[in-house]
Amino acid sequence: MLLFLARRLIQGLLVMLVISFISFAIQDNLGDPLREMVGQSVSEAERQQLRDELGLNDPFLVQYGRFMAKAVQGDLGTSYFFKEPALDVILGKLPATLELVFGATLLIIVLSIPAGVYCAIHPQSWFSKAILGWSILGISIPVFLTAILLIYVFSIELGWLPSYGRGEVDLIFGSWESGFFNKDGLLHLVLPCISLASIMLPLFIRLIRSEMVEALHTEYVKFAKAKGLKLTRIYYLHALKNTMLPVITVGGVQIGTMVAYTILTESVFQWPGMGFMFLEAVNRVDAPLIVAYLIVVGAIFVIVNTLVDLIYGLINPTVRLAGKSA
Amino acid sequence: MNEAVVPARPETRWQRIRQSNIYYYFLRDKVAMVSAVILLLMVAGALLAPVLAPQNPYDMAQLDIMNSELPPAWSEEGDSQFLLGTDDQGRDLLSTILYGTRISLTIGLFAVILQAFLGIVVGLTAGYFGGRIDGFLMRLADIQLSFSTMMVAIIVLAVFQAAFGMELYSRMAMLMLILVIGIAEWPQYARTIRASVLAEKQKEYVEATRVMGFGPGRIMFRHILPNCLSPILVISTVQIANAIISEAALSFLGLGMPPSQPSLGALISSGFEYIFSGTWWITVIPGIVLVVLVLVMNLLGDWLRDVMNPKLYKG
Repeated sequence: MLLFLARRLIQGLLVMLVISFISFAIQDNLGDPLREMVGQSVSEAERQQLRDELGLNDPFLVQYGRFMAKAVQGDLGTSYFFKEPALDVILGKLPATLELVFGATLLIIVLSIPAGVYCAIHPQSWFSKAILGWSILGISIPVFLTAILLIYVFSIELGWLPSYGRGEVDLIFGSWESGFFNKDGLLHLVLPCISLASIMLPLFIRLIRSEMVEALHTEYVKFAKAKGLKLTRIYYLHALKNTMLPVITVGGVQIGTMVAYTILTESVFQWPGMGFMFLEAVNRVDAPLIVAYLIVVGAIFVIVNTLVDLIYGLINPTVRLAGKSA
Repeated sequence: MNEAVVPARPETRWQRIRQSNIYYYFLRDKVAMVSAVILLLMVAGALLAPVLAPQNPYDMAQLDIMNSELPPAWSEEGDSQFLLGTDDQGRDLLSTILYGTRISLTIGLFAVILQAFLGIVVGLTAGYFGGRIDGFLMRLADIQLSFSTMMVAIIVLAVFQAAFGMELYSRMAMLMLILVIGIAEWPQYARTIRASVLAEKQKEYVEATRVMGFGPGRIMFRHILPNCLSPILVISTVQIANAIISEAALSFLGLGMPPSQPSLGALISSGFEYIFSGTWWITVIPGIVLVVLVLVMNLLGDWLRDVMNPKLYKG
């Protein structure tokens, strides 16, 4: 287990190193930091002097080393537009994005498990056929289209729900702005969360259904039935437990994917999160902010994947054995 | 192959298709048949767009800004000249959709060809040689997969756009989209191929080719690959659908096709600005076309998977 952990950590570090290298190469080629600092009115000689002082004429690797030394201390440069440290800007937007992902994940868990299990237990019922039919339709609708249609129906035609922004937010734990604790914030969360959940929901329903069907054919389920245990207990306790293994692996990867899709949802709903900020940074060619976003998102992906591997290793004995023998 | 062995019973390709299992199942599955017909119609419409479209949406001379934002012909203010209405630049929506479907399909198809090419080469190599090469290539595939395609594509395209500027970027948008979607999804193919290569490698005919002294390249591409084709076919349908969705999403974010040469996603995006003023058709009609296109591909993919039942890589 320790070896397994160590190998995962080394791999994660390597990936982060590659990401930082790519990010730095991007920053090096994107925009001119001097122009951002001094504007157009400085003479060429002064520019050259400034370049030397800032070390912009040093070899690429030397500059990269300096960038890494700062990055490790949490300094990813200063945003050209916000005139604040890029990392602070991103961390300020992080709660909005995380709440969106959290809300969507909650919806997915609450809806996909009962739906998937129901479809597996009653394969012939019209309701499960409807769920499966809807799920293939759901896979085929791109998330931004779902979002637009939701806005069109619920905000424009019916006028029930707000179509953009976060609404009122409360401060919790000192610095975390949350929309979960008042009515206005919650109303603003509804449509974005549904849109974000709509990509993953069909996938999970189908996954849980197929794993559950497999579990229902196993010997231990037959034995439990013969023993006379209550059916709900067999389905939701014994069979579901074994269904969850693959769901966790896929789920972990999909949480990363959801961070990517927040860019789409946030841009439709003008949600003031990281993804929306990233698109704005791209339009303004705000190189330090783009780079900081790359590194933060890269770190989220690496951490989530490593955690998923670890959890999987903890609950699945066969992985634990493989780690030992290797 | 059969013709050479049994010359007494010459079969045309069409007869072989009619006697195959797939054709048999196809005739018995209404969903698959309807999907195939719709897909064929859409592909035909896209291919024949220059002939079918009432107007050439790329030709500025044919456009009249006075005609902009006309609703579809069946509503009261509609103009019978524009069956599905017009968009914000006065382009006939039907023509724009036909041309847009053409662009979306082209990007989807070429991106998947690129994915398949990379994936097949990597998958064959990993599966055939095994050992360290296999370990390294599959680790690489795992890492690449753990970063979602969407994320990679958005970042790469965004950086290119920022570096080149809008003008130059919009001219190379199509090539960039194909390259990015094509490169980001190769592990899907690599994993599938590797799994079937591992199964095929054990069989006697591979042993035989080795005894005959053929090199690894020839064995991999001439002998093993033809036996791995059915899983490739199955994932290809779904992959084209996914590529089209990715392209639409990227175009929606303004990272894909420019408004002057819109794909379905870019059309939806340009209509989104007007949806709050009640101009729903510029968004909704291309949206429906996109969903139907992707839906029939997914349905066909599902059907193919059920019929061919290859051992797809799971998880």
